[in-house]
Amino acid sequence: MPLGLSAGFKCHHVGTGVGCNLFVMSIRLTNLTLAYERHPAVHHVTANIAEGAWLAIVGPNGAGKTSLLNAIAGLATNYEGSIEGLHPSTVAYLPQQTQLDKSFPITVFEMVATGLWATLGFSKSLNAGHYQQCSEAIAAVGLQGFEGRMINTLSGGQLQRSLFARVLLQDQPVILLDEPFNAIDAKTLADLTGVIKQWHQSRRTVLMVTHDLDYVKRHCPQTMLLARECIGYGPTNDVLTRENLKRARRLSEAFDEDAAYCAQGAA
Amino acid sequence: MHALLFGPFSDYLFMQRALIGSFAVCLGAVPVGIFMTLRRMSLTGDAMAHAILPGAAIAYLLSGLSLIGLTLGGLMAGLAVAALAAWVARSTQLQEDTSLAAFYLISLALGVLVISLKRSNVDLFHVLFGNILALNNAALWLLASIGSISLLTMAVLYRPLVIECVDPSFLRRSGNASSIAHYGFLFLMVINLVAGFHALGTLMAIGSMILPAAAARFWAKTLDAILLTAVLMSVAGCYTGLLLSFYFDLPAGPAIVLSLGAVYIASLFLGLNGGMLGKHYPRRHLTG
Repeated sequence: MPLGLSAGFKCHHVGTGVGCNLFVMSIRLTNLTLAYERHPAVHHVTANIAEGAWLAIVGPNGAGKTSLLNAIAGLATNYEGSIEGLHPSTVAYLPQQTQLDKSFPITVFEMVATGLWATLGFSKSLNAGHYQQCSEAIAAVGLQGFEGRMINTLSGGQLQRSLFARVLLQDQPVILLDEPFNAIDAKTLADLTGVIKQWHQSRRTVLMVTHDLDYVKRHCPQTMLLARECIGYGPTNDVLTRENLKRARRLSEAFDEDAAYCAQGAA
Repeated sequence: MHALLFGPFSDYLFMQRALIGSFAVCLGAVPVGIFMTLRRMSLTGDAMAHAILPGAAIAYLLSGLSLIGLTLGGLMAGLAVAALAAWVARSTQLQEDTSLAAFYLISLALGVLVISLKRSNVDLFHVLFGNILALNNAALWLLASIGSISLLTMAVLYRPLVIECVDPSFLRRSGNASSIAHYGFLFLMVINLVAGFHALGTLMAIGSMILPAAAARFWAKTLDAILLTAVLMSVAGCYTGLLLSFYFDLPAGPAIVLSLGAVYIASLFLGLNGGMLGKHYPRRHLTG
């Protein structure tokens, strides 16, 4: 990832607003394979994700969507093949809520402000500008007035809004969303979709894992259909065809305890 | 009344030393204890205390009741077990509590084996139950140093520790802040347990970390408030425990831990933030 690294770092100080020029190289996945106990979760995926793309990663349960996202986020490193064009520190990642400790005694403001970690590190204190940035991010997701609330008093939608605010503060050129609209009501979904559209307009690369095919058809220009291998990748309407979806369902249900070694893996 | 509460401390030097020593231990240990409860590691500390015991025992057999020997022995055993357990947990599928349990049991068995090689071990009582009423200057310096190092380290690690608790995936992606926070926290746990065993003994030390932290949760909501409440509670518990031990001729370590325990039980019932009484007699709800 030699070139992408320096290019990505330039984006640290750009504002959270729309329209700033971000320069990221495309993300290139080459022959990417992720395995658990040698059974592949994702199998020989090769794709070139253009800078500024808004890509939905869809597929049945167990298709390897989250595994793929984790590898791109830098959370999983034991993969074969390569991921080029980005550095983990230029990626903002929105986890599923089940991965959070929602009982931790922390306020919405503090939670959102952790998005400034890359700027502040261990010991730098927040200045007036940082407070301003946090307030703006909280306002942008419609959580004004909730700054002092403990996160364990938030509804699922409110918590999701505050996670989006944290991503806004992280201000990275690549944004990964893991099932961002699970158990989210229509109003919150519309508001947060607005936030994603702004990211898209400012040429950030957005990758989102989701199950909601209607949402993907309505909003996401590009789709990758996974069923442990890549069934289709490209413009959403070309990928989400009836035949492709049927094939995806069939493939992901196949799991062979005594599977033979993969011939492609030897390469 | 005044004489009853302050007399022992103004009249006896050993009581003053005990008070200063116990405050030093509390100031360092309580913040660590709070993060242990928040990270669901309350019992990890107990395992760690068992891991330290054999190190101190082996050091005792080699060098007798020397302050430095016992401290180094405890530190080395504790850090070795903590580092091994964390390393195994981070590089294999094993959960950290499982690998910690494995290593502390090995360490404990080793300690028991070594101790049984030597017949007389009366002084080992000192390691088990501490000697807060017999702290000399060197011991006080040691406790104060460990308390200070612990507070300063905690101040540096505070941010990544909070972030790690709320969202473990957040720091793991970039840089090594996640590892620094994790290993740093284990280091803090070990040095505070070693300080604690000089004052309260290996098996009581963990009480001064966990009990105030658990009690404070019943009164305070934000992390800052929990920290402050817990420190105040532990200071009050040490003071009360030492007085009880003075008047009723009780061993000081258990008296302090039982005082902290009384604070915890009281908080459990009376606490405004989720205490039992509040659950049984709920106040009327608001309009919005």
